[in-house]
Amino acid sequence: MVPLYWYMLLSAAVFCIGVYGFLARRNVILMFISIELMLNAVNINLVAISHYMEDLAGQILSFFVITVAAAEAAIGLAIIIALFRNKETVHVDEMKEMQG
Amino acid sequence: MITLPVFFFLYHALVIVGLSLVTVSRRNPVHSVLFMLIIFFHIASLYLFLNAEFIAAIQIIVYAGAILVLFLFVVFLLDLRAEEHADKYSMSQPAGAVLALSLFAVLASTMRGFVLGPHGIYGIEKITEMTHTKAIGTVLYTKYLFPFEVASVVLLVAIVGAITLAKRHTKS
Repeated sequence: MVPLYWYMLLSAAVFCIGVYGFLARRNVILMFISIELMLNAVNINLVAISHYMEDLAGQILSFFVITVAAAEAAIGLAIIIALFRNKETVHVDEMKEMQG
Repeated sequence: MITLPVFFFLYHALVIVGLSLVTVSRRNPVHSVLFMLIIFFHIASLYLFLNAEFIAAIQIIVYAGAILVLFLFVVFLLDLRAEEHADKYSMSQPAGAVLALSLFAVLASTMRGFVLGPHGIYGIEKITEMTHTKAIGTVLYTKYLFPFEVASVVLLVAIVGAITLAKRHTKS
């Protein structure tokens, strides 16, 4: 039997890699992929705890996380397309019109 | 002593963590998206291991089938040839590394004290008896009916928002 702690450790590791990718990369698309990585880490945690607690609430919650991830990906990629159309760049440090 | 379940878990954990690191460090976004695809398949097989067949199917259909294809389309749509010579990392890379490592240290040290709450009624025997999809549907359409309806509104907002944002404004 695999201990629950291992699953939580795996989930924490993937989440932290996502945090690192989001903060370190310049490319907006890579930042979005990092967000998807973080959402997946949360899902692993939810499904693992749901299995060990013998309760389906965690799996239902992960179902909603997947729904929100799909909506977020659609809107986010539309924003990236609009940005690229106006600025011809996907690098976040070149988009600084709102900097004071 | 490495039993078969432990070996199975360790293989998946190793592949998922290793490929996550590869994904966030590739120069070409297409490579990142394809490595992400392998990660998603391994996560789905981990869900099967946790007796969550329906979530595993949803993971493959929605994440691998819809979201990643959307990513690939956008990457192909934008002309990213300049990406080959540009800097990969922004100025905040050291801060990101420090923050991620310290976050992991805090999470790993606090999670040791995690105590499970009381067990629910959906044990493995009950799920095998009524099948996983039926069990999850029973809970979803009774106790979580309102959040389920709200989710449909969220998806509608996403459809309308994506069309409005990506539409080319025509001057008339």
